[in-house]
Amino acid sequence: MSAITSSESRLDRAWSALRTARRTALIPYLTAGHPDRGTSLDALRRAAEHADILEVGVPFSDPLADGPVIQRSTHEALAGGMTLAGTLELIAAAKLDRPVVVFSYLNPVFRYGFDRFLRDAAALGVAGLLLTDLPAGSDPGIEAQVRESPLDLIRLVAPTTAGDRLRAVTAGAQGFLYLVARLGVTGTSRELATGLEAYVARVRAASALPLALGFGISTAEQAVAVAHLADGVVVGSALVERLAREGPAAAGRMLADLRQAIDRADRERDA
Amino acid sequence: MALTLPRERAAGGRFGAYGGRYVPETLMAALEQLAALYDAARSDAAFWDELESLLKEFVGRPTPLTDAPRFSAQVGATVILKREDLNHTGSHKLNNALGQALLARRMGKRRIIAETGAGQHGVATATVCARFGLECVVYMGAEDVERQALNVYRMRLLGATVVPVESGTRTLKDAANEALRDWVTNVPSTHYIIGSVIGPDPFPRMVRDFQAVIGREARAQLLQKAGRLPRTVVACVGGGSNAIGMFHGFLDDAEVELVGVEAAGSGIASGLHSATLSAGTPGVLHGCLSYLLQDPDGQVLPAHSVSAGLDYPGVGPEHSYLRDSGRVRYEAATDQEALAGFQALCRLEGIIPALETAHALAWIERERGRWRPEEIVLVCLSGRGDKDVAHVARLLGTN
Repeated sequence: MSAITSSESRLDRAWSALRTARRTALIPYLTAGHPDRGTSLDALRRAAEHADILEVGVPFSDPLADGPVIQRSTHEALAGGMTLAGTLELIAAAKLDRPVVVFSYLNPVFRYGFDRFLRDAAALGVAGLLLTDLPAGSDPGIEAQVRESPLDLIRLVAPTTAGDRLRAVTAGAQGFLYLVARLGVTGTSRELATGLEAYVARVRAASALPLALGFGISTAEQAVAVAHLADGVVVGSALVERLAREGPAAAGRMLADLRQAIDRADRERDA
Repeated sequence: MALTLPRERAAGGRFGAYGGRYVPETLMAALEQLAALYDAARSDAAFWDELESLLKEFVGRPTPLTDAPRFSAQVGATVILKREDLNHTGSHKLNNALGQALLARRMGKRRIIAETGAGQHGVATATVCARFGLECVVYMGAEDVERQALNVYRMRLLGATVVPVESGTRTLKDAANEALRDWVTNVPSTHYIIGSVIGPDPFPRMVRDFQAVIGREARAQLLQKAGRLPRTVVACVGGGSNAIGMFHGFLDDAEVELVGVEAAGSGIASGLHSATLSAGTPGVLHGCLSYLLQDPDGQVLPAHSVSAGLDYPGVGPEHSYLRDSGRVRYEAATDQEALAGFQALCRLEGIIPALETAHALAWIERERGRWRPEEIVLVCLSGRGDKDVAHVARLLGTN
C-alpha cells in the first residue's frame, strides 16, 4: 500500500481504507431538503453513521433520469425552497464525517457557475461531483474544470456502455465508477438485472477504479448479491421512500440492516 | 441527388455554444448510433428518393402557396401563405415523423415513442407508425390531453397508445421528460421520434433537415409565382421546427428579413408566457444547451401559452444561435393577439389556422404599416386549426 500523497483525493483514501479492511462500501443517496430541511438534516446525519460514502442529491425541476420516488422527493424539496446553495448549506450544517458526493443534474450547477460551485463545495470538503446528464465527452471544458478541482469527477457507466465508449468513459474518471445496474430510471426492482456479473467484469477489465453499483437495489438480499460483485452498493429510491414514509430513524435502521447484511457477505467472501 | 440539404452550421453537434448531448449515459450509445446512421443517410440519394416519393404520394407535397388578399389589405402588405396545413394529418409535423420512421426502419427498431403538446406531432407519429406497422406510444401532458381531445382520439384511432403525463406542469415539457424516461428504459428496441428541433444531437439538425423541405419549396414556388424574394418571412416558434425549416430556405438571402414569433401568453411582464428567446437565459434541458425559461437557481419555470404546441420553456439550439448572431429576429405575440389573428384568418381568408400559427399572423397584424403594399410577407402556415376549435369556443365564450 502506497503512502498517502497529495494527488490522492478524499475518495481515493476512503477506498484504500475500505480495501484494507476488505469492506464493501455502503453508499446511501438522499435528496437534499426532502421531505423538509430539518428532517433532511437529521436523515443525513443518521445515514452517515452507516455510510462509507454519502450521495447528496440536488433537487431539480425536471429529473428525467429518475423514477417516481426520487421525482416526488425532489419536487417536495423544491416546494420547501431547497436550492443548490441550500444543499451546500445543508451539507455544511450536517458536519458529516464521511466523504460526500454531490449528485446533480447539470443545469442548477451550470446556473450557479462551475467556478463558484467548485470553490464553495471544495471549501466544505465535498469529495466528488456526479452530474446525471453530463456524460463523458459531452462538455470537455466543464469535465476538465471538475477534474482539476479538489472534487473528483464521478462518472456513470450504463449497461449500454461498451467498446470505445467504455474506454472514453473510464479515461479521466475519478474516485469511483457508478455502474447503473439496469436500463431505466432510478427506482426499486424486485430482482437484480441479469448479466450483472459479465457487466461488472467488462468494466473491471477497462478500469482500475473501484466500482459502485446502483439502480434498483432495495433489499438485504440484493445488497449481498451486489457485495459479491462490486466494491460498493448504492441505495437510493428505497431509502428515500423509507424516509418519506417512516422518518429518519427508520431510514437509519434500514441502513443498519443493510450494513449488517453486507458485513456478512464480506465475511463469507473472505472465508 | 437533386435535393439540396441545408448548409450545416453545426460543428461537433453544436451551433456555436448551443446544442450538445446532455443526456444520461444510458442513451449515449443510441445517440452515437443514430448520428452515424443519419450522417450516412444524409449523403445517401436512395434515402432521400424514398422520402421524397412518400412526401409526394402519402403526405401530398408540395404544399401550395396561397395568396391572402383580404388579410393583405388589412395589414398593408402582400401576404402569402405556405400551406403546411394542407399536409396529410394537417401540419408540418409529418415531414419529420416520416423521415425518422425511415431511419427507425434502417435501425431495425420496431417500437416508436414520441412526446406531443398540441397533439399534431403525436398524430403524425401515430400515422407513420400505422403506415409502417410500428408500435407507437405517445406521451402527452394530462392538461393537453384535456384541451386537445380531438387529437387524442385521432391518435387512438391510428392505433397508438396515448399516455397522459401527470407529473410536473402536466404539459409538453413533462411529456418530453416521460418520453426520455421510457427511452432510457427501452432503448435497445425503441426509437424516440422527437417532434421538434430540440433534444440532444443529432435531433436538432436531423429534424431541421426533414423540415427544410418547407423553405426549399417555398423559395422556388415564390420565385416562380412572383419572380422575387419576400421582404419578410414569418413563422411561429415553440421548439421551432416549422420556423427552422422555413428559414433555411432563406438564410443565405441576406436581404430577406426572418422573424420567429414566440408565445407571449398573458404578456411577458406577467411571467405567464413561453417566450424563451425573448425572456430566457441559456440553460440545459432535454439534452441540449439553449435558451431556457428558468429561475436564478437553474430550476425550469413553467411555460404558458393558449396554444399547447408553443407551451414549452425551451427552444431549439439553432434558434439560440440564430438569435445571438442577429440573423433572425424573435418577437412574441400574446394569447389575446393570437386569438385575434386566428379569427382574422378564418373570416378574411376562409382558412382556420392552428393557434400556434396564429401567433405569426398576430405579429404581422401588429406590425401593419411596416411594409409597402407590394412587399411580400411569406408566412409559414404550420398547421390547421380544427383541433383548436373547441378550445377557442370555450375561450371566446361562444356556442
